Amino acid sequence: MGAMNDRAEEVAGVEATSLTKAYGPVRAVCGVDLSIAAGETVALLGPNGAGKSTTIDMILGLTHPGEGNVAVFGSSPVAAVRAGKVGGMLQGGGPVDHLRVRELVGLVASYYPHPMGVAEVLAMTGCDGFARQMTNKLSGGQSQRVRFATAIVGDPDLLVLDEPTAAIDVEGRHEFWAAMRGVAERGKTVLFATHYLEEANEFADRIVIMARGVVVADGPATDIKALAKQRTIRATLPGANLAALAALSGVESVDRHGDTVILSCSDPDAALEALYRNFEGIRDVEVTGASLEEAFMALTADDPTARRRADRGTEVPR
Amino acid sequence: MSGFSQLRCELLRAARNPLTFGITVGLPLVVFFVVAGANRHAHVAGIVFPVYFMGAMASYGAMFAAIQPGARISRDRSIGWTRQLRITPLRTRTYFASKVATAYLVVVVSIVVLFAAGTAYGVHMTAGRWLELAALVLVGVAPLVAIGLAIGHLLAPDSLTPAVAGTVVVFALLGGEFGPLFPHGTMLAVVKLLPSYWLVQASKVAAFGRGWPAEGWLVVAAWTAVMLGAAGLAYRRDTARI
Repeated sequence: MGAMNDRAEEVAGVEATSLTKAYGPVRAVCGVDLSIAAGETVALLGPNGAGKSTTIDMILGLTHPGEGNVAVFGSSPVAAVRAGKVGGMLQGGGPVDHLRVRELVGLVASYYPHPMGVAEVLAMTGCDGFARQMTNKLSGGQSQRVRFATAIVGDPDLLVLDEPTAAIDVEGRHEFWAAMRGVAERGKTVLFATHYLEEANEFADRIVIMARGVVVADGPATDIKALAKQRTIRATLPGANLAALAALSGVESVDRHGDTVILSCSDPDAALEALYRNFEGIRDVEVTGASLEEAFMALTADDPTARRRADRGTEVPR
Repeated sequence: MSGFSQLRCELLRAARNPLTFGITVGLPLVVFFVVAGANRHAHVAGIVFPVYFMGAMASYGAMFAAIQPGARISRDRSIGWTRQLRITPLRTRTYFASKVATAYLVVVVSIVVLFAAGTAYGVHMTAGRWLELAALVLVGVAPLVAIGLAIGHLLAPDSLTPAVAGTVVVFALLGGEFGPLFPHGTMLAVVKLLPSYWLVQASKVAAFGRGWPAEGWLVVAAWTAVMLGAAGLAYRRDTARI
């Protein structure tokens, strides 16, 4: 075990360089670099169509990159999969029909060289209560747990989860992440895609944000947390001096639509106070939390690569 | 290890789907009893009718059983299971082998049941000829297995049921499994290019101890090769995500 850990530190879990993939005229992924250290938990965050699933497919060897290269534990994705080093939950990968839950999990265990015990996995994932149930007669939440069980039963070194909590309720989500924590503590390398900023914040060591097929931010979860605290102030202020607004304390960036000004603030209290003090005639003041979309925009604006791509493309984020 | 578990689970899945099994094996059996019973002493294509029809109905059931893996593959694909399997160490060939082995097991059941029914109407021959007839049917349905694999990767489950039924019925009708359609002429030369024609001709083993001529082996081999090629192409096209 010790020897394995030593080696794991040398070889990255996932090393993707300049990944590109186009489907016809649609460029799903345009030049993604992503490195995940062995044992690290990384969240891949982004809106629909950001290229998360395509990136994951390339890491798993399900799709060949148009350009670029992926290595999983130093070998090709297909070789890593064959060696039983990879487990995953894909989007919409329903469990096969006419088998009992226990039989299905046992079947997938038989594919791997050193699987975990089936009973242990059923207990860990909360499937033990319905282990004799037929796979075609499961509720949505049960089916999702079974899929999680099949993902981890092979005791893979890399676990890839594509929106694992999509379509389950809040309670189910909590139970899922509690089980997931148990798995991550076994020293796995984990990559999960999600829409939910909170999930990424809570469970990942590092968050990678994708938008329009590129990585727009990549950093420790704490950085993204600060970003989530960001607030937006909207107000009506005819003839505003944008430079003066941007200079106010607590204000990071300023935008204007007609008579409306939009301020992105790291410290909204200070910004509000300064606004009322310095700008007479300000009205219709409205403070909102930064949405995920706005968080992306704030990040995109700081990232020269992303800005360049946005300028080149027809679609400019609003 | 994984091959054994895979086969076991495929057999379980087939056994838990009794309707498909019942229709595959039961339908030809019922048709045989009804039609052959009414024509026990007739002759067709120079053979006693029950012998001809036993071989024909065994082939009919066998064709249905042989094409079934296609339907199962299509269902596995539609729920994303095939993609899930591709991120496990299970080899593609093990997956296909388990499907084909399961299908062939049902083919064998279908043949044995029809042979047993045949003896009830007085069909009897040496053990060697029974085995030879069974072997020819097993070989003769190979193109159907390959066709199943091809359409299983090309079609969604909705369109698969009519495609499977249509393929088998058209093959059976033209091949003469419901009685020879074309005793001679140009159309005979055409239907001789179908594997189902040779499945029916296998019955001549029972009557005269004559297996297929080289032409029969060639037709079956060519169909199998071409359809396996098509299945390979369909598989590769399918695994490239759209």
